[in-house]
Formats: sequence, structure tokens, C-alpha cells
Amino acid sequence: MKRLKVMKALLAVCLVLGSLFLLQQLVMPKYVRGIVEGSLVASYYEETTPHDVIFIGDCEVYECFSPVTLWNEHGITSFIRGSAQQLIWQSYYLLEDTLATEKPAVVIFNVLALKYDEPQKEAYNRLTLDGMRLSRTKLEAIRASMMPDEKLIDYLVPLFRYHARWSELTWDDVRYLFGKKPLFHNGYYMRVDVRPVTTVPEGKKLPDYSFGDNAMAYLDKMTALCKENDIELMLIKAPSVYPYWYPEWEEQVEDYASEHGLVYLNFLEHQDETGIDYSTDTYDTGLHMNLSGAEKLSRYLGPILRDTYVLPDRRDDPELSEVWAPKTAFYEQMKADQLAELEQFGYLKSLGARPPDQP
Amino acid sequence: MLFTSYSFIAFILVLFVIYYLVPRRFQWMLLLLASYLFYFLASPEYLIYISLTTVSTFLAAFRIGRLADAHQSHLAAHKSSLTRDERKAGKEALKQRQRRLLVACMLLNFGLLAVMKYTNFALANVNGLLQAFGSERQLAFLNIALPMGISFYTFQSMGYLLDVYRGKTSAQKNVFRLALFVSFFPQLVQGPISRYDELAQTLYGPHKPDWTHISYGLQRILWGFFKKLVIADRILVAVNTIIRTPEEYQGVFVLVGMLFYTLQLYADFTGGIDITIGIAEVLGIRVQENFNAPFLARNITDYWRRWHISMGTWFRDYLFYPLSVSRPMLNLSRSARRKLGESLGKRVPVYLCTLIVWFATGIWHGSSWNFIVWGLLNGVVIMVSQACEPLYTRFHQRFQVKERLAYRAFEIVRTTLLMSAIRLFDCYRDVPLTFRMFGTMFTTPNYGQLFHGQAMQLGLSGADYLVLAAGVAIIVASGIRRKPGSMRERLEPLPAAWRYAAMYLLLIAILLFGAYGVGYDASQFIYNQF
Amino acid sequence: MDELIGILEGLHPDVDFRQTAGLIDDGVLDSFDIISLVAEIDNIFDVQIPAAEIVPENFNSAQALQDLIERLSDD
Repeated sequence: MKRLKVMKALLAVCLVLGSLFLLQQLVMPKYVRGIVEGSLVASYYEETTPHDVIFIGDCEVYECFSPVTLWNEHGITSFIRGSAQQLIWQSYYLLEDTLATEKPAVVIFNVLALKYDEPQKEAYNRLTLDGMRLSRTKLEAIRASMMPDEKLIDYLVPLFRYHARWSELTWDDVRYLFGKKPLFHNGYYMRVDVRPVTTVPEGKKLPDYSFGDNAMAYLDKMTALCKENDIELMLIKAPSVYPYWYPEWEEQVEDYASEHGLVYLNFLEHQDETGIDYSTDTYDTGLHMNLSGAEKLSRYLGPILRDTYVLPDRRDDPELSEVWAPKTAFYEQMKADQLAELEQFGYLKSLGARPPDQP
Repeated sequence: MLFTSYSFIAFILVLFVIYYLVPRRFQWMLLLLASYLFYFLASPEYLIYISLTTVSTFLAAFRIGRLADAHQSHLAAHKSSLTRDERKAGKEALKQRQRRLLVACMLLNFGLLAVMKYTNFALANVNGLLQAFGSERQLAFLNIALPMGISFYTFQSMGYLLDVYRGKTSAQKNVFRLALFVSFFPQLVQGPISRYDELAQTLYGPHKPDWTHISYGLQRILWGFFKKLVIADRILVAVNTIIRTPEEYQGVFVLVGMLFYTLQLYADFTGGIDITIGIAEVLGIRVQENFNAPFLARNITDYWRRWHISMGTWFRDYLFYPLSVSRPMLNLSRSARRKLGESLGKRVPVYLCTLIVWFATGIWHGSSWNFIVWGLLNGVVIMVSQACEPLYTRFHQRFQVKERLAYRAFEIVRTTLLMSAIRLFDCYRDVPLTFRMFGTMFTTPNYGQLFHGQAMQLGLSGADYLVLAAGVAIIVASGIRRKPGSMRERLEPLPAAWRYAAMYLLLIAILLFGAYGVGYDASQFIYNQF
Repeated sequence: MDELIGILEGLHPDVDFRQTAGLIDDGVLDSFDIISLVAEIDNIFDVQIPAAEIVPENFNSAQALQDLIERLSDD
């Protein structure tokens, strides 16, 4: 009798917790339309094979390099662990998170995030952190990222954060309750549309050009972590015309790279070699690269990686070929779909783009 | 720690567990520790004030009790030898010595309350006067933070002291036990103002874990959170929009704001008290009810018997009665009758006391003219309805409508509107503005606007209105009862599974529809492409 | 007792105070009535009822009130 009671109570607790979990899954943003970038971080955990190169950083990595191009043309396996406005401590912890499953030969970090010394916005934190697998690393990433009014528990129990979405739920929330629609391969965010650069902005004068202590401390940690694991750290700056990249910042990064024996590649200074054309290679007037731009950058970066870090060409590896073939197919399909959508509407409606006649 | 914060929820959950794990004779000490921790977390310096009140009240009450005991044993020992006059003189001497202690302790504690709460208000008024008389001088304000719950715990302590003085209860002999009575954390911030003889019956335990109490308590807590998070905190947005931009929102919006504020205050205050009583119940402690369906009141006197009951009875027992039956008032009564005639004369002292009590009630709520006017208006309405009593009686003798449902509904709506209108003083910045805004309800003919989309601009979406409507429906359904007995007693005959299902739905409703957390501000989550 | 009933009937002519118990509990007398009563009793019986004695048990019936007056005038 008593045992029955205990069983009943246990069952009830399980039902309650289970249903709450379902509810939580329901209200969490699915990021399958519009702000699809929110799905980037979690997509890493579906990978089955290791990578030679891991990219970390903000939109300047996930929209500037095409892993499929790197594979098809140079046999380099890579994954971009990028996310929107990824702050440097988030990059650091994402690297830690990655190292828990694999050891790449090279880690590439985009340095734009150095300009931020403290947490910026809750919404961006979410886009990066919600997708991370629960671990000590994630907890530390959350602690480092929280705005003053944020609470750890809102991350651990996202229901507390997203419950207000109940009034905005759509069919997508039910359809992608558990499985997500594959939107990316290897962390690359493809865009085929074009919106050329019209003006090149001047940098506003800043009161202080030196990077913050906190940001630099994480760069130090990142350097140390790579060293500890025998990983080559490479610093890059993507060729976006905006946000403005100040010469004073450039100088600091150059100094840091030479001081620590790191390769630093500023794509802004290699426009001739990469062949980036700002009238065809960007989809948002110069903030981000489109597919054409990303393929150009990857073609340029491939040989540099191969020669500098002596990366093998793995295209002969049957297991890897098997893994990468569907990725390539997915890539081509997505490209075709986007071109078709562009043809039909004149802009990429499903990705939240605006019609070309709207600024 | 707000009741609705994560840390408070964690605090009480941890407390519940430890409470039933420690040896039962230590339970009350744990509560004292928890209460002081709760207070400490708000601000360590507050502890000085609450300790001062506790110790002074303890000493005064203890001494008063000792004097009474000594007097009793003296009487018992010399029962036969004392003449009636000697007995009377002895009693008089005792009362005098006791009164000295009482007055000293009350001066100290009410003085502390007055200094903390009203100094800056007084200074502001002096400054206003200085300015009115053309003086350039302005007094500087004191930089003091009002200790959390000081109005409540001061009243509770002084109630205890007066009870000991009146011989209604015996003095507590353990200062730590009294400290728990003064600081019991669930009721520290917003009441109820408990009476010592009632709360002490269950406060000190020992308490065995009793599933009925615990589950009732948890249900009550959930119900409180529902009212607070789903209703009060949601409607708050619209109330603030209206009252903070009085230039823009007038006429019908004042009416909307008034009704919304009434709903917000009801949901917030009764919800908070539900949480308080629920927490106490889980701990096996009985805290008195503070509300009895206030919006079913048929007149304003009835309303004040149903709303914030513990405060109303405090003012009645410890201010209104003593004041009314004091020597000066009885003398006033006599001379007024002589000079003004029987029927008018006997009202003079009653009305005077009423105004004094309502002035005190007003200023107790907050140190501003808004509250004073609010209190006095309550007093005036009560006096007017008292004066009209013969008219009502004649009306009801003529027309037998008193027990008709429609008439009762009329009375209820009338009382609610009246109380809501007076409550406008809670809302607007100052007294003149409140009167002006109240006036626009009748002078600004914008009642049509409400139905042309303006209601959607108060900060609430269609979905919010839907939730509010459903929430109010649930509250009304739980509040209307033909027979006395709370919602859960009516749920009692249902099978256990149904009751648990109801609680489960309540929990889901709070989690999903509660206006809490970062995400509540939905506009926060607008991603700007970077 | 008759005098007391007279005072009470002056307050509420429609109530039979000899038969009614629970004057407070049932809400027949409100606080206005109570202090009028106290003033009247002071006036007529010269008995002062202190605030501490204003409790429902003392005011629930005419008999209880009569007892209270007798007790206080004894002291």
C-alpha cells in the first residue's frame, strides 16, 4: 500500500516535470525563420567527425567563410562556432566547449569582438548561450556574459525567460518541438543576395582606443588554452567596411600577435589578393559577406592554412568524403533554393531580408 | 527580497525543508534566524531599529507584567485585612506605575516611527510654508531610509504592549520569542498586523509535518502568486501609463485607470497576504485572515470590515475606542449634548474621533497629503452615511428592496466605485492633480475613444487583456460564495486527483502567463541585425 | 436593566434587546453605537467603561452589558 503511494507520487512528479519540459520546449525560440542565427551554436553537436580548423567569433566568421569551399578545394575540414555579436569570453568558452570533444589543429579567432569589454545585450547573450550544451563551461560562459539584471536560473530554466512567448507561438514552434530543421552546415550562414556598399563610413572619434582589460584577459586565456593543447591560434579581421576598424586597434592586435608569435591576417588589407568586390560580395552594404564573398575569402584562406600549418588534404579519406558529400549537396540545394526565392520575390523573405527598394 | 523574486522562493523552499528536519523545539529559533536573515539581506542597519523596538517592548511589557503579578500576590496575601478604599488605592497606584512604563515605551517606538517616516514630509511642508511667506531659506532633508516593515512591526509590538497593559495577555518572558513575534518574516513587509495572543498560539510550535497543512499552504502560496504575477503585475503597465501621463490620459482613461488600479491593488495586496498566510500554514502557523471578499461589501463601513482587517481592528481597538471613551471625550459628549441638543450633541465626539482615526490611518499609509486626504475622505464618507442612517431606515421601511439581488448588486457596485474613486489619491502625484483628473471623468467626453483602439496603447496587448479577463473571472468565481468557506474547502469534496489537477493548472498558468522575468518585456527580444 | 434597554432601544428601535444575543457578532451594534453606548452609560450610570473592556463578550447582549456595568461600579 505504502509502496503504491510512493509510486503514484513519483509518477505524478515525473508527469509534472515532463509536461513542464514540454512547455519549455514549446516556448523556446526555434530560430527557423528570420533570426536563424540563433540555431548556429547548437548545430555543432550534430557533427560526427573532427575538424582541422575551428573558427570562433561573431558574424564576421559565420558569414565570411565557407567550410564546403575549404573542403572541396583544399580538403580542409572546418567548423565555424560563430554567433551573433559573440563576445570574446563567449568565444573563449565556446572554444573550451569544443575542446571537450575534439582537438583541432588550428583555431581562428576574429578580433572585432575585442572592442567590447563588458556584456552588451541580453538578447545577443541568448543567441550564443542558449544553444550551448549544459556543462561547467556553459555555466562559466553565462556568468561571464550576464547583464546586471540577468539571472543564472533564467538560462538553466529557459521557461522562465521565454514564457511570455505563449502569445506569439506559431506552427513552427510545434513542428520543431524537438528536431530542428537543418539550416546550416558547419556553422556557415549562407546568403546569396546582394546589396552593394554605397558609402564607406568614417570612424567616429573615440575617447579611448585601447582594448579593455577584461577583453584582453580573455585573449590571453585563449592564447594560453591553445598553447596548452598544442593548437595553433590564428587571428583574423574580416573585410567588413562597417563596424569601422580603427588603425589604433589594428596596431594593438599586430603588437599582440607578434609578441605571442601568432599569425594575424587582416582581410581589409588584402582586397587585391582576395578579389573582394564590395559591389557584388556583400548582402547588406558591407557589414557581412554573401556567398560570393565567402567563397572568395575561403579560396584565399585555404592555401594559407595549408602552407602555414601544414594541413593535409583529406579528400582521399573515404569516411570523411562520405560525411562531406551530403554537406556539399545541402550547400548546393540551399544555394539553389535561395536563388529561386530571390527570383520569385526579389529578396530573401524567409531570412528576414527587406525588399530591395526598402533601405 | 521581493515575494516574487527567485531568491525569495528559494529562501522559503530551503526553510521549509530545514524546518521539518531540525528538532521540533528548535523550530521557532530557526524561524527567528530566518526572519533576521531576511531582514539582514534587505539592509543590515535595519536590524538596529527592529532590535530596539523588540527590546524596549519586551522590557516594558515584562515590567508591566511583573508589577501586575506583584499586585496580585499582595492582594492574595492580605485579602482579609485590606479595606475597599485601600484596594482601590493600591490598584490606582499599580495602574499609574504601569502607565508610566507604557507611555515611555510608546513614546520611544511611535517616536522612532514618526522620525523615520515623517521627518522629511514635515520638512517639505515647512519648506512650502517658508516659500509661501517669501523666505529664501529652505531646510535640508534628512537622508534616512525607512526601515522595511517599520509601520507594521511597530503597530504589532505596540498592540502587544497594550494587551499586556490591559491584562488581556501575559507578558512574554523570553526576549527571543518576542523577537520572533515582532520580526516573523512572512508578515514583516505588508502585514497582517497580528495580535500576540492569536499568533503566539501556533508561532512557537512544536510542529509535526502535517500534509494537510503543507498542501493547503502550498496551494495558498500558488494562489497568491497567481494573483500577483498574472494579474497585478500585468495590469500595472496600463495603470502606470495612465497615471504617469495625466496630460494625455483623461476622461474615460481616468475611469479605466481607477478600475484597473483597484484590480491591481486587490490582486497585489490580497495575493501578497495569501503568500504570507500560505507560508505560515506550511510552517504549521496560523496567521489571521486580512480580507473577507472586500468587493462584496454593501457599504463603506462593511468594506472596512472586509479590507485589511487587521489594520482596521488595530485602529479600532487601540485608537478609536480608547480615544472615544477617554475622559475628555466623555466630557465633550456631555457638554455638546447640553449645548446642541441630544441627537446632534452625541454625534460630536463620535465624528471627531472618526476624523482623528482616519487622519491617523491615512498618514500611517504614507507620509504625503495624498494619503491624509484619502484617509479623511474615508472618514467623511463614513460619517455622512452614518448621518443618513435614519433616511436609509425610512427608505427601507417604505420599499422592501433590501434583500433583493438587484439592490444588493447596486450596493456592491456603488461601494466599489466609491472606494475606487477615493483610491485615486494613491495614484496621482498630488492632491490637486487627483481632484482635477477625477473631474475630467465628467468633463471630457472621450468615452468613444476607448473602443477605437486606444485601449491597445496602454501597454497591454490583446493577449494581455484576454489573460486579465480570464484571471478576473477565476478570482470572481473563487470569491463569490453563498455560504462562508473558502475556495479550497469547496474543492475538498472533489476527488484528490481533481484538486491536484486544479493546482497543476494554476502552476502552469503562473509559469506561462505570469508577468515576470526578463522575457516579460517582449520588446526586449527584438534582434537588430549587426 | 430597563434603563439600559431604554438606551439600547434609543439606538435601534427595531431590535428586541431583551431577546437578542450576539449583538456584536451579528453586527447589530457597530463601533458608532458602542461609543454612543459608553457615553450614555457614563452619563446615566456614572460608570466609565475603559477601552480594554470593549470586547465582544461584554457587548453581545443586554445582560452581558448589565453585568459589565455592575462589575465596574463594584470596583
